Amino acid sequence: MSDRNADGVVRHVSFDEPVVFERGAPGRRGVRIVPRGTKLADPARWFGEGMLRQEPPVLPEVSEAEAVRHFVRLSGWNFSIDQGFYPLGSCTMKYNPKVNEAAARLDGFAELHPMSPTQGIQGALELMWRLERALSDICGFDAFTLQPSAGAQGELTALMMIRAHHVAGGNPRSKVLVPDTAHGTNPASAALNGYRAVAVKSSEQGTLRAEDVAKVMDEEVAAVMITNPNTLGLFEREIRDVARVVHEKGGLVFGDGANLNALMGRVRPGEIGVDVMQLNLHKSFSTPHGGGGPGCGPVGCVARLAPYLPVPRVVRDDAGSFRLEDKMPATIGRVRSFYGNFGVMVRAYAYILAVGREGLKDVSGLAVLNANYLAALIDGLFFRPYDATCMHEFVLTDKNLKKDTGVQTMDVAKRLLDLGFHPPTVYFPLVVHGALMIEPTETETPDTIEAFAEALRRIVAEAGEDPAKLFDAPRSTRLGRLDDTLAARTPVLTWKPGGGR
Amino acid sequence: MDFPKDLKYTKSHEWARVEGKSATCGITAFAAEQIGDVVQIELPEKGREYKLEDPIAVVESSKASEEIFAPLSGKVVAVNMDLEGAPEKINESPFGDGWMFKMEITNPSEMAGMLDAAAYARHVAESEEE
Amino acid sequence: MYTPHTDEDIRRMLARIGAGSLDDLYGKAVPADVLTRAPFENVPAAHDVVSLLVHMRELAGKNVASCSKRCFTGGGAYRHLVHPAVDQMLTRSEFLTAYTPYQAEVSQGTLQAIFEFQTIVAGLMGTEVANASMYDGASSAAEGALMARRVTRRSRVLVSEALHPEYAQVIRTYMSGLAAPGVSELSVIPYRRAKGDTDPDALGDRLGADVAAVVVGYPNVFGVVEDIRALARAAHEAGAMLVTATAEPVALGILESPTALGADIATAEGQPLGLPVSFGGPGVGLFGCRMADARHMPGRLVGQTVDTAGKTGYVLTLAMREQHIRRERATSNICTNQGLCALAVTVHLSLLGPEGLREQAVLSAQRCHEAAERVGKVAGFELAFGAPFFNEVVVRSKKVPVVDLLDRLVDRGLMAGPALGRWYPDMADAFVLATTELTREADVDMLVRALGEVSR
Repeated sequence: MSDRNADGVVRHVSFDEPVVFERGAPGRRGVRIVPRGTKLADPARWFGEGMLRQEPPVLPEVSEAEAVRHFVRLSGWNFSIDQGFYPLGSCTMKYNPKVNEAAARLDGFAELHPMSPTQGIQGALELMWRLERALSDICGFDAFTLQPSAGAQGELTALMMIRAHHVAGGNPRSKVLVPDTAHGTNPASAALNGYRAVAVKSSEQGTLRAEDVAKVMDEEVAAVMITNPNTLGLFEREIRDVARVVHEKGGLVFGDGANLNALMGRVRPGEIGVDVMQLNLHKSFSTPHGGGGPGCGPVGCVARLAPYLPVPRVVRDDAGSFRLEDKMPATIGRVRSFYGNFGVMVRAYAYILAVGREGLKDVSGLAVLNANYLAALIDGLFFRPYDATCMHEFVLTDKNLKKDTGVQTMDVAKRLLDLGFHPPTVYFPLVVHGALMIEPTETETPDTIEAFAEALRRIVAEAGEDPAKLFDAPRSTRLGRLDDTLAARTPVLTWKPGGGR
Repeated sequence: MDFPKDLKYTKSHEWARVEGKSATCGITAFAAEQIGDVVQIELPEKGREYKLEDPIAVVESSKASEEIFAPLSGKVVAVNMDLEGAPEKINESPFGDGWMFKMEITNPSEMAGMLDAAAYARHVAESEEE
Repeated sequence: MYTPHTDEDIRRMLARIGAGSLDDLYGKAVPADVLTRAPFENVPAAHDVVSLLVHMRELAGKNVASCSKRCFTGGGAYRHLVHPAVDQMLTRSEFLTAYTPYQAEVSQGTLQAIFEFQTIVAGLMGTEVANASMYDGASSAAEGALMARRVTRRSRVLVSEALHPEYAQVIRTYMSGLAAPGVSELSVIPYRRAKGDTDPDALGDRLGADVAAVVVGYPNVFGVVEDIRALARAAHEAGAMLVTATAEPVALGILESPTALGADIATAEGQPLGLPVSFGGPGVGLFGCRMADARHMPGRLVGQTVDTAGKTGYVLTLAMREQHIRRERATSNICTNQGLCALAVTVHLSLLGPEGLREQAVLSAQRCHEAAERVGKVAGFELAFGAPFFNEVVVRSKKVPVVDLLDRLVDRGLMAGPALGRWYPDMADAFVLATTELTREADVDMLVRALGEVSR
């Protein structure tokens, strides 16, 4: 807390730094790769007229030291979980253990070629097989694929499996039911499978009612897509009844696993009616988000959907050796090359080893504790539309603040930056106007949560006394608020010599 | 917020200026404000026919993408191509230069289902309450 | 265990909330009948950090790392130089542990790096615009095919038989949900058996008013450099778009960019540009197209803008194509890019520069041509095709079954493949040899010697 000015605002160290193309000089080199004594051939020997590049690609011409300094300076303009509290709702920004990074960098993993003979990939297949089994157990499913590269691709995969199941039954069906609290990916994934998304309104308690689902459920509905706990941080209490209503008409229940962290070791989706679900290893299983990927979006399912899983599957023979099987007649096929984001799987497996079966309940229990503790500390400070005991996250709005002071959710978010915190998820879920969606995660100490509560308290006080402070925020970052409209109306998407628009 | 008295409105925030069989259409100042700074639009095809409440255009800001529905049934006879280069006109002058398309209407009786300025103003006030 | 709470912390926090225990608190949030009684037998017991590392090393030790052998393996993943500076930039917490850059003011590092990435990718592929990346080369090609369908408003996609078969499979999977059951909107254009390139006559016969896209590998799965110009001309005459898929983008250090040859959408796998092979992932999909088609493009884009004081900065932009804004009308459901992998490509190509990339490309191809010439003269082996190739070549083994051969090479400290029989039944006697700048002359000597011994 020392690095704050007299006003209590954090100071961010930062250098100005141009785009890398504006550094360096023509002919300057970072690394050399041609061995001493090797004479390079003239590629015209191999390639005919017009096949060779006329213009070299525009690439930076910098020394190694310049390149390193450039990217290190850029890194200084980022906020990260390793620097501070990052309570993004539904994103599960928990600590990313460093031992996972070390494991993923072992030569036997990082340098393993995907086209190696089967005898040389036994350790990798064993890791994948063990990870699939652990995830199946955690979720109460019969089978898993690790192939999808991200949650959204997992969701797409799951919907393809749902469609394949219905096609096998003679009718692909035409609709999926999507609650109004759902992520935008849900309707988008539905559309990519030719399904029309039908919105189901949640109740005044913020959860899905089986009777509301029954009203729109018919034999044209392929599936209902449920995030549980939902994006309001509430457990869908009628999940079993919803599943019954859907199953009775031959539909399936898709679970969006974005919020699995709240269930870990306590509730198994496969036991409460969910048929197929995608996970996000970069959320619940601690792998780093990397500024937007790489993720990994495994899909688990009940036995009757397993035949549709993508190929190849990892198979363990009776003798205990492992192989990849791609002869699965009902499979939807592949959704990407090779076997998935293996490096992410290694990290997630290392996380599961560290937490262990004994630790699963603590993950969910302490995530729920941290969320409810924060909610209790700031009780009454903001309008909270659904104030039941929350799971791992909860939603506030700017309703009262806006009416009393004109200060809106975005202003609160930007002012939090000045106070050294990453803001929560804002303006989502869409059913709540001006939402602030807060997920502390289980890896934060009570001290951090108390400090965050104090920051929110201060912001609300400032809104009453000196709202300009909030409208102008952030003032401690290298740049102030950025003009989204200019960026979209006259897009500049690549650097050009001379720069500028 | 003022709404021109000579226009008819829909609950989904489109407006129409009906003169004989011709209807000039756009989105209301309230809708434009809700969407935010418009950065892109998809206009209907000239010559195509639309039925009442068919999706006919898309208005997009950096934070929202809204479908616009045909306020009346009819054939599109003109589109405001100026908007392609200057979508900000929808924010600056939603009832004027920000008009989107003109239709030749086929079922004038549908006008009875539209709101007048006073009724639309009440509808907006209710929407804001939520 | 990564939770910091002491018993005293928990007691104090529960008291503040007004709950008796963690189970009591949890029980208020969920109904009692959903709680599991599972023993979680298939979840390992908790490991201390020492046991954890021992266990991981044991698993890693059961694999044969490509760096432990003389590696001639290709087939869509390539072992190139990954300079230590690249990984050291990736392990900086500020890049590694940041989320998707939604809060632009505290994400300028990621955003500017992606802007640089987009510039580099567009330059490499010759496109006017490139996105912030896709999952991998295969899904990037599939998204390219879907985008061509949106732009042309046509449905059929033609894929070359010589396109990497896993890419073709992914395109098939991505398209399967969009056609009626039992209907395929995908057709395969055969390759010419003698040359290993896409058959232009077969393409001409299949093109028609229903075709949205033609997807070809550049180079293709056999390492052959296709005549993109001719294929693009044929596609364009029929009103279709040409989509190229490049699994080995190092080739673009010397080969003409796909767009200069007529490609409308250029896609690629970025792994060879700064990432380890990592058993096939994570890599990074590259995707570029014309500015006029950008609104149909999938994936994230970063654009330049200014802040309130007029200073240059970067934001995610043209988001109205994306799922969180457009929902069911989105161009794709993709949310993330492969942010950290895109950063790796940016750092790597900054270190290499235009001359370094050119040298890397020449050396990669040179080793392959040396190897091909010598292997072709070893009794029992012949080269499968006669067309120009880059750093990969298909060899037929006339005496020794290929799977045996590849296993026996491993015993001799060498790796090669894949065996092409896994994808092409009529090529059961063929396998791939791939080289990169990491291949030494001595490695080629050893390969030639080993092949001679094995086939004797």
